[in-house]
Amino acid sequence: MLKNKDLISINDTTKEELRYILDTIKKIEEMDCSNLCKGKILGTLFFEPSTRTRLSFESAMKRLGGSVIGFSGDGSTSRKKGESLYDTIKTVEGYCDIIAMRHPVDGSARLAANSVIIPIINGGDGANQHPTQTLLDLHTIRKSHGQVEGLTIAMVGDLKYGRTVHSLAIAMSLFNATIYFVAPQQLQMPKDILEVLDQRGIKYYMTESIMDVMDKTDILYMTRIQKERFPDPVEYEKMKNAYILKKEMLTNAKSGLKVMHPLPRVNEISEDVDDAEHAHYFQQAHYGIPTRMAIIALLLGVLE
Amino acid sequence: MIEENKEYKQMKIGRIKEGTVIDHIPPGLCFRLINILSLERYNNVLSAATNLTSAKLGKKGMIKISGKILTEEEVKKVAVVAPNVTMCTINNFSVSKKIKLTLPNEIKKIVKCNNPNCITNIEGVVTNFGVLQESPLKIKCCFCERTINKEEIKLK
Repeated sequence: MLKNKDLISINDTTKEELRYILDTIKKIEEMDCSNLCKGKILGTLFFEPSTRTRLSFESAMKRLGGSVIGFSGDGSTSRKKGESLYDTIKTVEGYCDIIAMRHPVDGSARLAANSVIIPIINGGDGANQHPTQTLLDLHTIRKSHGQVEGLTIAMVGDLKYGRTVHSLAIAMSLFNATIYFVAPQQLQMPKDILEVLDQRGIKYYMTESIMDVMDKTDILYMTRIQKERFPDPVEYEKMKNAYILKKEMLTNAKSGLKVMHPLPRVNEISEDVDDAEHAHYFQQAHYGIPTRMAIIALLLGVLE
Repeated sequence: MIEENKEYKQMKIGRIKEGTVIDHIPPGLCFRLINILSLERYNNVLSAATNLTSAKLGKKGMIKISGKILTEEEVKKVAVVAPNVTMCTINNFSVSKKIKLTLPNEIKKIVKCNNPNCITNIEGVVTNFGVLQESPLKIKCCFCERTINKEEIKLK
């Protein structure tokens, strides 16, 4: 179904494909796959630095028995010498069987996918897409709640600029979710995402207070609000504490509520939440491994 | 008031021997088409009329370009700005070809993405947009996935 395809944007994937990937992640977790990608090479082309994404791609490929080549940060690459992305990708295509890339420019992953035959996995293209994050989020939700269908999710923080929440909202809309958008007005979910939700008949609500959703939601998806998003620093100072999750705020949380976060966190989840039964963000980060293993295996066609 | 009969209309925008006629231009788009086709400094006869009476549109515009057949790319530009206009090729004073333009499903090459951080504005990539909605026109960059509304569309 996905052999030799690329994974560039969650907007390209159907519900059927998402289900298929989620089922494969589950299968990967249960089987011995240490020789599945023996002899295959993953190229990790990280034109901007990343910790979790790059390391988890590398770990995923090694757990599949494959090997990894690549670079991180553009200082050491030919890009510094002025080479175009197109030329870099065309060259590296000959060195590996599949590429995972991160690039600061929007649409760079699509250009790469259009340029070569081998599969491209988008590990983040500027402010646009980061589909493996969305898939690991869906897998986390499925693990913690037994299924993805019909759940209630609250997304908190910078919803205007956060690519993670944009993609997750689109993906959850395929699973008949009810969505709460919790953000100051100036950082609310963009209109084009809301239009997609409207077209799909998804129920969504907007509020400025986390406490409004605490007893209603199955998932509390936190993101960081950056100071530089506010033209007036006074405005930022006034609202910043309203979007920091503290342990006592979880007292009335819905039973089974899980707190998720794409990480890294700065101060938006206070450390005393870490040992609460609701905390799920480190687990979520660990699920990046089976998720990326499944994606690599499916695109290489070593697993059907 | 002078009655706008056929004869008078022909006087206002005289017939051309060879070239292109763009008809049924929605009100207000005549000068925009002249601009996107870079006809401001055209050195042959160019006639344009706006606010003509039209049975279909109420008011319409018309452009006659003497001695020029539009290229495929120029026709596509017209279709993006003013879909549904009629375009006629004129040969020896008579219409040799008449087409009603329609909006293509994909708009390649002629529109510039207005996201400055889009790869199409950074590397020499041919742009490509999918049409999300025809009226009012809304398109989406196939690379950076930015949605662009009609009034924000920038032609190359």
